[in-house]
Amino acid sequence: MSIDLADAPPAPAGGVSPVPSSGGGGRASAGRGVQARQPFGRISGPTLGVLVLWVSLIVLLPLTAVVGKAFGSGAGDFWSAVTEPRVRSALELTVILAVGVAVVNAIMGTVIAWVLVRERFRGSSLLEFAIDIPFALPTIVAGLVMLALYGANSPVGINLVGARTGMFVALLFVTLPFTVRTVQPVLLDLDREAEQAAASLGAAPNAVFRRIVLPQILPAMASGSALAFARALGEYGSLVYISSALPFKTEWAAQVIYGLLQDPTNVDRTTQQASAIAAILLVASALVLVTLTVIERRVARRG
Amino acid sequence: MGLRTIAVLYVGILVLLPVGVLGYRTFQPGLAEFFSALNDPLAQHAFQMTAIIAGVSTLINAVFGIAMGILLARYEFPGKRLLSAFVDLPVAVSPIVVGLALILVFGPQGWFGPVENSAGIVVINAKPGMIIATVFVSLPLVVRAIVPVLQQAGMEQEQAAASLGANAVQRFFRITLPTIRIALAYGVVLCLARCIGEYGAVLVVSGNIAGVTETAPLRVGHLVQDELDTQSAYAITFVLMLISVAAILIGAFIRRRKKI
Repeated sequence: MSIDLADAPPAPAGGVSPVPSSGGGGRASAGRGVQARQPFGRISGPTLGVLVLWVSLIVLLPLTAVVGKAFGSGAGDFWSAVTEPRVRSALELTVILAVGVAVVNAIMGTVIAWVLVRERFRGSSLLEFAIDIPFALPTIVAGLVMLALYGANSPVGINLVGARTGMFVALLFVTLPFTVRTVQPVLLDLDREAEQAAASLGAAPNAVFRRIVLPQILPAMASGSALAFARALGEYGSLVYISSALPFKTEWAAQVIYGLLQDPTNVDRTTQQASAIAAILLVASALVLVTLTVIERRVARRG
Repeated sequence: MGLRTIAVLYVGILVLLPVGVLGYRTFQPGLAEFFSALNDPLAQHAFQMTAIIAGVSTLINAVFGIAMGILLARYEFPGKRLLSAFVDLPVAVSPIVVGLALILVFGPQGWFGPVENSAGIVVINAKPGMIIATVFVSLPLVVRAIVPVLQQAGMEQEQAAASLGANAVQRFFRITLPTIRIALAYGVVLCLARCIGEYGAVLVVSGNIAGVTETAPLRVGHLVQDELDTQSAYAITFVLMLISVAAILIGAFIRRRKKI
């Protein structure tokens, strides 16, 4: 998780902001004046080599191995692994939940960011603090937290174990900070004068929001939701208890992969099947990162 | 209903209520139960494992993060955007997929399996694999914390120092490190919190052997999954939660200092 409100100024009061910016150095250096771009001599070959080697060994090589394993025995095996009815049902549920989480976060995250930036009230710092909790909590702890409230002997009488609703609530919990923390800095930087001018010319508050505020925060909403989507797609720990992994009902992608890896019979086959599902998740993550970069470049160009 | 009410209710019901219920359940049987659960040898071992894995991983990522941060902030080279993208990639990858990927490369049947065998190194189902998995998932945290600061600070001071005869090591310790120290501290806190809490990736590569490769989050998973002792799971969870809360507060404190 982790990860950052871009190189945007850190979110205001309190908290961990682990949304990593995906743009990297390239974009940031664009706006920051000449001296940032001025190279300090040339990078020495060995230093660059060691760093590139490290990233390749830790990240690139293993991920390549997954794709290699998925297609190693031919595209037919890949296809039959991911279209197996139980796997397909799990993949469908995972995507549906992730899309739902992205949509709810786009709306609720923006509402929360708006309230935090535009309204001062008692308890607003507690709200700030609460937003950061899901990022800082280990996922397995998040899972147990959900179980404590929505488990078999729920104090509020709601038992969501083995229900898709329970998985959805757990995913909303772990993804809560993403949109809030991407939209918040943009709202803070917003020039209020355009809004005041529109209002003084008779625009209703709704029209002011729709015509002036919304277009400016839309890219941040989109990138926050994309991060939430990616997180929901790969989530494991917070769902383990609440889902119960019932076939065709609450099985989801990451858990099916883990289940295949635990299966001691015909290890080679199950590892290939697991890799095929993993490859699909990987491609989806890569697409999300590309989308984020495109959004960031557009924003940078515009403004 | 105003927007404020909606926001407060949403966060209250989604986050504060369940966290509160967990706290209540932890201490419902009394403090003695809580401490005896933490004194259990397996729980103690799990916390020790977590300290070792998270400590080593954070150290590795801090060193790597400083070097990579300087590289991305100050130098132009072909493929820079791509390298930057690969540094960010781990946050978007499912922890379970991370574990699988590492098994395929470092496992006994994996690409490096024969090399590890002949060298007598065990990576998967042992500490080295758990450390690599933890390093993977927390890779970008330190880098992303220090890159903006390095870019903002620019190169003038270092160029001045260089022109006065300071060598690279002196420039690093006298100028670069003091410039980034607050951002670095922030990145390290984030990274440490992430490393302490990692579950999925470590679960896959550790083999999950109680008393051997079991970290605190794995112990919680084990206790609840096998319905061994939910009360002990709550106790360990509560300690992990305290660590997270401390990380949030320290992070907020560091950021407030940065503004001054």
